[in-house]
Amino acid sequence: MIKLGFYPGCSLEGSSREYSESVMAIAKKFDIELVQVPDWNCCGASAAHNMSKELALSLPARIIALAEKAGFDELVVPCAACYNKITVTKHELFEDVTLKERVKDIISLDYTGNIKILNVIQMIEKYIIKDIDFKLENKFLHKVACYYGCLLVRPTKILQFDRPEDPQSMDNVMRAIGAEPIDWAFKTECCGAGLTVSRPDVVNKLSGNIVEDAISRGAEAIVVACPMCQANLDMRRPGIDKYLNKKTTIPVIYLTQAIGLATGCTEKELGLQRHFVPVNLS
Amino acid sequence: MSNTNTHTLKKHTLSGDIKEHTDVSTAKCYQCGKCSAGCPVVNDMDFPPSLLLRMLQVESDQIDEKVLRSLTIWLCLSCEMCIGRCPQEVDIPKAMDYLRSVSLKKNMQNPKAKHIIQFHRAFLDSINYTGKLYEMGLIADYKTRSLNLMQDVAIAPSMYAKGKLSILPEMVKDLKNVKKIFNKTIKDKEGR
Amino acid sequence: MSRIGVFICHCGENISATVDCEKVAKVSGFLPGVAFSVDYKYMCSDPGQNLIKDAIKEHKLTGVVVAACSPRMHEPTFRRATAEAGVNPFLCEMANLREHCSWVHEKGDATTNKAIDIVRSLVAKVKRNQALYPIKVPVTKTALVIGGGVAGIQAALDIANTGHKVIMVEKEPSIGGHMSQLSETFPTLDCSQCILTPRMVEVAQHQNITLFTYAEVESLEGFIGNFKVKIRKKAKSIDEKACTGCGMCTTKCPQKKIKSEWEQGLGVRPAIYVPFPQAVPNKPVIDRINCTYYKTGKCKICEKVCPTKAIRFEQEDEVIEREVGAVVVATGYDIKRTDFFPEYGYDKHKDIIDGLQFERLASASGPTKGEIRRPSDGEIPKNIVFVACAGSRDVAKGIEYCSKICCMYTAKHAMLYKHKVHDGNAYVFYMDIRAAGKGYEEFTRRAIEEDGAKYIRGRVSKIYEKNGKLIVVGADTLMGAQQVEIEADMVVLATASIANKDSKDLAHKLHVSYDAHHFISEAHPKLKPVETNTAGIFLAGACQAPKDIPESVAQASGAAVKVACLFSNDELTREPIIAVVNRLAPPAYSTCTGCFLCEKVCPYQAITREEIKNREGNVIRNLAVVNPGLCQGCGTCVALCKSKSIDLQGYSNDQVYAEVAAVLDTI
Repeated sequence: MIKLGFYPGCSLEGSSREYSESVMAIAKKFDIELVQVPDWNCCGASAAHNMSKELALSLPARIIALAEKAGFDELVVPCAACYNKITVTKHELFEDVTLKERVKDIISLDYTGNIKILNVIQMIEKYIIKDIDFKLENKFLHKVACYYGCLLVRPTKILQFDRPEDPQSMDNVMRAIGAEPIDWAFKTECCGAGLTVSRPDVVNKLSGNIVEDAISRGAEAIVVACPMCQANLDMRRPGIDKYLNKKTTIPVIYLTQAIGLATGCTEKELGLQRHFVPVNLS
Repeated sequence: MSNTNTHTLKKHTLSGDIKEHTDVSTAKCYQCGKCSAGCPVVNDMDFPPSLLLRMLQVESDQIDEKVLRSLTIWLCLSCEMCIGRCPQEVDIPKAMDYLRSVSLKKNMQNPKAKHIIQFHRAFLDSINYTGKLYEMGLIADYKTRSLNLMQDVAIAPSMYAKGKLSILPEMVKDLKNVKKIFNKTIKDKEGR
Repeated sequence: MSRIGVFICHCGENISATVDCEKVAKVSGFLPGVAFSVDYKYMCSDPGQNLIKDAIKEHKLTGVVVAACSPRMHEPTFRRATAEAGVNPFLCEMANLREHCSWVHEKGDATTNKAIDIVRSLVAKVKRNQALYPIKVPVTKTALVIGGGVAGIQAALDIANTGHKVIMVEKEPSIGGHMSQLSETFPTLDCSQCILTPRMVEVAQHQNITLFTYAEVESLEGFIGNFKVKIRKKAKSIDEKACTGCGMCTTKCPQKKIKSEWEQGLGVRPAIYVPFPQAVPNKPVIDRINCTYYKTGKCKICEKVCPTKAIRFEQEDEVIEREVGAVVVATGYDIKRTDFFPEYGYDKHKDIIDGLQFERLASASGPTKGEIRRPSDGEIPKNIVFVACAGSRDVAKGIEYCSKICCMYTAKHAMLYKHKVHDGNAYVFYMDIRAAGKGYEEFTRRAIEEDGAKYIRGRVSKIYEKNGKLIVVGADTLMGAQQVEIEADMVVLATASIANKDSKDLAHKLHVSYDAHHFISEAHPKLKPVETNTAGIFLAGACQAPKDIPESVAQASGAAVKVACLFSNDELTREPIIAVVNRLAPPAYSTCTGCFLCEKVCPYQAITREEIKNREGNVIRNLAVVNPGLCQGCGTCVALCKSKSIDLQGYSNDQVYAEVAAVLDTI
């Protein structure tokens, strides 16, 4: 039984509950115990860095400090935005000692920044992929478009995860469960991110282009690892359909849900009923 | 209006401030346009990113004000596509963050960015009060600020039915700590 | 007894503006050993030099100190004057009162006192100077030219035409280099092979040139005028003397579909092949990696059909040794390939090609007989996009320099395309148009004004494929950085020029310097563009930095002249500022203990071992000895030697300590 620190973030507790459910479901299947960071706070997402640099650093720093206090060596952060913000904060405070001291003073907590941050794909690569063949029950025989979004792979110099153009890590995981990931052009193009409430027209356009490209290349599902992207591609589908001037039915599922389906988890365990675009993948 | 004084060397410039606070050097930009070409929202911006950089390079008060009053800085998604492709490694997202904070400080926000800023404020208010995002509270706060009462009304019931919305907020226990963070940063007069 | 003459120069006002030259001359006159001291306005002038010469004769001077500018300026001048007055030139030293004193300080007593100190230290040194005589080394009048591209060919022909012998080594089966792959050259649109092949043939037929193709330099030893080179002749599997170049083997070879390197992967060749029809020499080689016989032991069809029985399957590499006096490095360049660009899909898309591939498509002798066709389906592209600055001027990609030739060849490509596809659209995404050569600006304007190429100022952010077309997303910065999307049938990337991948290894073999990008370094970027820091090794062409054909040819001729200069003497004269290991009478022989640490540290491999034999012929001692031809007088060995057995002529320990002591005024 591996024990890992776990930072769900606000989306996983709220509007993207199914992501959390599927992460916990496959963690259970692969003997991983995910322990939440005690008393964790919101990482600030895009709002904080849009409005205040120090706030944007302090909120993730508090999370790291609490995780370290709890004694975790590794912290799994399934939300791509939280993963990005926490990792970038860790890097910036490492580079600038004065800034680190200032932030430590703001959060009034001990902070070293030595903890390792893993996004969901890294967690799968490290702890799950080796046992996948063994636990595979139904091959995920579908053509999928793996959508990484912006925050998993950029900024490259800091995250150092996969290649920024045409990344392959998620594609490889999907291949391991029997899927056929397609080659497509919008793997890392932004979905519209945090403008989902204030400028839904922008989201409809950007997410619409993503859905259109995936469909035109024969994808049966879009696989994501970010709750923001999932919401934009799924919940905002009516707006997207209006922009594309047609009805689209391609479902948007989390990578963890795909793995869950392939390893015998039930639809309810994976929260598939919570999706707006029905997920009909047998 | 004559622009003859737009290119003279000035002591205190927005470009210089950016360099001082973020270490981003606008001089590095040679206007290749790769950032603008790859920016997902460029067609909705008033100034594409490479043009915004040129405006900063000119170092004129009038044009600096145009930068701070632009919609561009608020529409920017921080998707980092620009710096991912920039041959000169100019950290545009970092510069954008700084420009946003200056724009707020000088109260020069573009009126078209009203809703965007209101959303950010509503989001941060929610965290200030509970430590975690309370979506109902966020939406209520945003609607109050933006008076955009009818938006997303249709979606709320489905969200609730699918278990995606909590009626009550979940609070961080050490709320005092969270409030202190806000007081020392965004709520501080000197805060950045 | 020393009789030193001290001559203080005002250098116009350069020195006298801040230093009281009269006072320095006066004070120096009182130094022990100084017989004559004077100041004058311009020492380097004729009257100034005559002043020195007359003084030497009149006062019977045994040494001269000229306190003036830097020795880098006028040491030869004053040494010549001293020699003309009958005194060994190495008994003349310069004290630098200008760069070391007057130019860097304000006017005042402190400055004058510093000048006095400097003169005193040089006087102390000169008292200990010894007469030295220039060293002569013999010269082998054969040149080695590494590389058979246009630069190597030009250099070889020029040197051969001065009457000296040339050995040319080319690693490919044929000479010609990249120029032979081009279709037409800018700015004249001359057919590239038409102007090159006569030169190639001339090289092959020239009585003074020995050509080794499919060969590489294995090692280079020695020093200027006296190099020993080992050349590895790779096994061609052919007896070149028996082969007539009839080509029967190449037509009958059953392995026909091997990707041709010369065609940049767009065409095919057999396993026994001549890279292109005009190859020089026009004799085939066998590609042992792909040949059926070497893989399975079967086939041998070429041997069966060869009318002169010239096939030699068992042939092995042969390493030969030659003596040469000078080396010209002309190994050329390479280019980045399409896999270097993540934002353009790495090398996923067959219809995104690089500049050399386009040249092959445009060539009449190319894989598509000169028609521009898409590599994917052979269709003629109606919309073609040229991307300039692909990889160059790009700090993020590690190539911050400009590749110089791409603006020109992109304009050329656009023109060639328009000439062949009249109703096609040619778009060029550019940042600047660098067209500085003769006729170049007019050439690029022609592409835009007469041939209708559409130039868009901005870089391309992304290229992806959709419905069989390539979507090119760029910006038009002159239109306010507006996004521009073009549906292209084909994209040509003007990729960055880079050093050859073996460039670094060759530089190590030759002991020449190279820069961070593995281009060979010139000795001085302004004044010595065709010399390297290693005496006797010259360079020409794109191996030094990206450049076009006229520049490569000019440089090659320049390098050839340097070689001819070298060969115009039967002996080379070198300055005697070299290290010498002491030798004493037997039984001591030398204080050298034979530890040979000096041999290890010498950067020029100038120290070797000398065997001291007794009368019976048995070796009783091994002592270090310095090769006067190679030693550059750096002094590393002198500093290192624990027994103080090596000293530097002209800068002996004695001399240097005296200088230092004099400055500290303890002498």
